[in-house]
Amino acid sequence: MPKFESIDHLREYRRQLIAKRDPNQSQVLVCAGPGCLPMGSEEVAAAFREEFEKNGLGAKVLLKECGCHGLCAGAVRVLIRPQEITYQQVTPGDVPEIVEKTLKEGQVVERLVYEDLHTHEKAAYKGEIPFFKGQMPIVLRKLDVIDPTSLDDYLAMGGYRGLRKALLEMKPDDIIDAIDKSGLRGRGGGGFPTGRKWRICQDVEDEPKFIICNGDEGDPGAFMDRAVMEGDPHAVLEGMIIGAYAIGASKGYIYVRHEYPLAVSRLQLAIEQARESGFLGKNILRSGFDFDIKISRGAGAFVCGEETALIHSMEGNIGEPSPRPPYPAQSGLFGKPTVINNVETWANVPEIINLGADWYAAIGTEKSKGTKVFSLVGAVNQTGLVEVPMGTTLRQIVYDLGGGIKGDRDFKAVQTGGPSGGCIPAQFLDLPVDYDSLQSVGSIMGSGGMIVMDTTSCMVDVARYFINFLYEESCGKCTPCREGLKNLLFILDEIIHGRGSEEHLALMEELCGTMATASICGLGKSAVNPIRSTMKYFKDEYLAHIRDKKCHALVCRPLLKYTIDPETCTGCLACVRECPVGAISGKKKMAQELDQELCVKCGLCYEACQFEAVKVE
Amino acid sequence: MDLPRLETILSRYEGESWDLIPVLQDIQDSYSYLPKDELQVVSERLNVPLTQIYSVATFFKMFSLIPKGKHQIKVCLGTTCHLKGGGRVVESLSHRLGVEVGYTTKDMQFTLETVGCLGSCAQAPVMMVDDKYYGRSTVDKVPKILKLYK
Repeated sequence: MPKFESIDHLREYRRQLIAKRDPNQSQVLVCAGPGCLPMGSEEVAAAFREEFEKNGLGAKVLLKECGCHGLCAGAVRVLIRPQEITYQQVTPGDVPEIVEKTLKEGQVVERLVYEDLHTHEKAAYKGEIPFFKGQMPIVLRKLDVIDPTSLDDYLAMGGYRGLRKALLEMKPDDIIDAIDKSGLRGRGGGGFPTGRKWRICQDVEDEPKFIICNGDEGDPGAFMDRAVMEGDPHAVLEGMIIGAYAIGASKGYIYVRHEYPLAVSRLQLAIEQARESGFLGKNILRSGFDFDIKISRGAGAFVCGEETALIHSMEGNIGEPSPRPPYPAQSGLFGKPTVINNVETWANVPEIINLGADWYAAIGTEKSKGTKVFSLVGAVNQTGLVEVPMGTTLRQIVYDLGGGIKGDRDFKAVQTGGPSGGCIPAQFLDLPVDYDSLQSVGSIMGSGGMIVMDTTSCMVDVARYFINFLYEESCGKCTPCREGLKNLLFILDEIIHGRGSEEHLALMEELCGTMATASICGLGKSAVNPIRSTMKYFKDEYLAHIRDKKCHALVCRPLLKYTIDPETCTGCLACVRECPVGAISGKKKMAQELDQELCVKCGLCYEACQFEAVKVE
Repeated sequence: MDLPRLETILSRYEGESWDLIPVLQDIQDSYSYLPKDELQVVSERLNVPLTQIYSVATFFKMFSLIPKGKHQIKVCLGTTCHLKGGGRVVESLSHRLGVEVGYTTKDMQFTLETVGCLGSCAQAPVMMVDDKYYGRSTVDKVPKILKLYK
């Protein structure tokens, strides 16, 4: 990799790079994204390597382990280029057949292609699969085709073109104007206009200034930032360098949660490559602009996703938030002006600069421009990462892209915005999704988690889950959040144990009012959303727990009863081995008995039984 | 106390108070916990009171003041994993290993922990052993996964 001495040098290198590449080059792209990695991407890639060696294809076929291919339900996914054939649920055992049939003979292996659940129509090519139709990938555009460890791959796809344009043709003010005009809003949750944030920071007369990328993606159910950091790390760096040039920052930090070890190593490698090639360091591309980036690892605290808490932890303190104003853009890291944006926001910046503010502003709704990446998970058939224009309806996302609810069960709710968001019921399925519409129904955009729930989910349990999560993660600094969460959790536990009363519901409303008004930071203020949205839209479920002592979704354990059906039980003893309290007894190959006195209702026997002999009511 | 080992870690930083968390992270990674004697030295070198170090070490989840096991099991309890039975996976592991969440087996082989989200939500329930992810790791798969590390 050369060190680029000038903008012309970079342009010439890119030209040669593209000229050298054969568009008909045979490529096998194995998804190693967050969805495929746990299903054995590494093993599949190793099997390809071995098979290439056996068949002498090593020099002819290019093998890449890429970032997220999007449709996680089909893990492990493999994309074959140039034909653009996509295979799913690939195991190492399938690899010899793919090599033989597709790579040698050019045929499709039918049994590994996508099949529509309803029409049973098969689709071998990416463009034919409904999940990908209706998407508009900007941030995810390069993820499935580039090798995240290769700067050449990034450059060949137009990488660092935005930076080139920024340094060559634009003054810092022009860049901020462009970001402002594009309508880009922070993708981390609040949706603050990015251009305005940069302008505030630029206007402060204090030095040095800092740039921070918030990669502390803590919202359970969201993994788009992980996918981008792991799959396209240079896009994050490029966005940050452009931002730093615009506001006049000399130093940048990427704060990554420690639960994402691969993101840390991919970003570290990208930073080293960027330094070697002259995109980071002194006198970037001979423009006279100095800027460098360091990685700061999180240490495991959800509250550090909040910008002031994040800054305190970077200064060596515990992650407690502080009241705003002053905003970090005025007084942030070490008391200096600091722009914090999240991963997806930064990753949008290069394309906006490259293709122009007008292009971006033409996408989306009136007040929410561009696209948004959602992690579509839970009870849908086609789980994965989707990127759609703002204003796409929930129904389009859940049914057209997500392929509807698993097992044709009924849709109950979609949870957006993580623990700060709410549960949106079926009556709002035609809601166009943007920052403001989600807020109007009691939820928020958050970082883009979209967890679909069907009739097997209990909304009281979901509320308790989030309150328990936040209770454990609350830093404890302010009383409304610390005590409010503790008491909400206590009340929800009473309800789940069948000891709830209707007065409890009124008390929860009151606690929510205090927390929303008086908590210091967003964690406490928005912690009420899971409670308020479930109480508003699913009050009958609360009442069933309180009045009838029933959990109709069969989730809340204290209200359940497990029994073993003597007719179906084969006496295999699988349940006996799982039972943590020794409540199940009986002879081998004979029907087992469950002692109700001893049973702790953990449900392990239910899950262990292969014969559906364990019944629950 | 293993002073050379600690010196190697400290030499990577400039010795400023804001280096505290990265220094503690390196110690945690290298020792699998934060030994008291080492923390005493860190306190002097970075000029940070021991009380402040204790406050940081007990605030963040990745730090432990007692040694962790050879393998660290993290069970995801993110929203999707919660809905798909992550809680039962925790119970099954706890029962099989004979430890509560947050603790280490007597033979120092396994530490059992839960995390807010591992970011592989499409494959819920998910667990992680050291740096390796296991998707769709339902209760029936737990024994097979444990066997790989025994």
